[in-house]
Amino acid sequence: MADPKAPLRLTSEEQKRRRKRSLALALTLGVLVLLFYVVTIAKLGPDVLQRPM
Amino acid sequence: MSTMSNSLADNHTESFATAGLSQGDVSDFFALLKPRVMFLVVFTALVGMVVSHPNVHPVVAFVSLLMIAVGGGASGCLNMWWDADIDAVMTRTAKRPIPAGKIEPGEALAFGVTLSAGSVIILGLVSNWLAAGLLAFTIFFYVIVYSMWLKRSTPQNIVIGGAAGALPPVVAQAAVTGHVAWDSIVLFAIIFMWTPPHFWALALVKSGDYQRAGIPMMPNVAGPDSTRTQILVYTVLLAPLGLAPVALGFGGLAYAVIAVIGGLGMLALALQVYRLRQGEPAMKVAQQLFAFSILYLFLLFATLLAEHGLGFFRPVFG
Repeated sequence: MADPKAPLRLTSEEQKRRRKRSLALALTLGVLVLLFYVVTIAKLGPDVLQRPM
Repeated sequence: MSTMSNSLADNHTESFATAGLSQGDVSDFFALLKPRVMFLVVFTALVGMVVSHPNVHPVVAFVSLLMIAVGGGASGCLNMWWDADIDAVMTRTAKRPIPAGKIEPGEALAFGVTLSAGSVIILGLVSNWLAAGLLAFTIFFYVIVYSMWLKRSTPQNIVIGGAAGALPPVVAQAAVTGHVAWDSIVLFAIIFMWTPPHFWALALVKSGDYQRAGIPMMPNVAGPDSTRTQILVYTVLLAPLGLAPVALGFGGLAYAVIAVIGGLGMLALALQVYRLRQGEPAMKVAQQLFAFSILYLFLLFATLLAEHGLGFFRPVFG
């Protein structure tokens, strides 16, 4: 049974896998941000700055 | 009483100490999305888009396609979560991430639900809510209707459940045009009619696997002979249906040639499956039909893609 006070020690393999998961998550979030930006620009269209003053 | 509370406390702290520590690699999470099925979803959806000749920004079309792919992957993930018990006893699926112990069922459930919700919402915001609703319905149909209900209760499981796999071109057309027209409905019908001969050919070869898992596939319930007859019936219906795009005018000359040759090939193999019923030759021809059915569907859709996407379209009539 695990000692509740003992810190959770990860093996080097577990640390490696966690790092890869973190990088994949960061990459996914980055791609989402980029995607939302590009879609916003695409949907606004070229006439976005031509409005009546 | 105090022993009981200590035990509860210990259990709690133990689960707390290990909670949140995933053992899965990135590739295991990717495998949950059934990449090969996802490729088929992307491919058929792309054809659904291209034959629609959409007038939307390429970025919108690309993101819509991406969200359809993610939604398809999410369905596969939720299917693996639900079917982990039967996957574990079948040789074909025992190495999937959950039965292999690489990913916890709860992780797969959270991953699948997050991707499902995300793909539907983003598709709705980027394209339109008809497409998003159709994508949500596809996920619902595959996970709830097929995986949770039909798969373990009726030998018609893959016939009805095949509708989920056939919907991507319809979702794609809705995403880029805002409506559903006959061309994507015909593509839906071709995939729908292709599914039974394709899966039952595999089920004839892997009937032992399905028997062990307790899945009522057609060969295990109605017997191999009845399955062979039904494979032939569906193939007889599929071959002329493959020519429907020509009749509707969006399948050109190249498509007509491929559909005729491919349809005849499917018929010849289905006849062989019907005739050869014993031993190794029976298994071999069933495997050949399974493999050829993949090639057949791929060629039909690839030809439509080439005709409409690359300008190779030559009308058959006039």
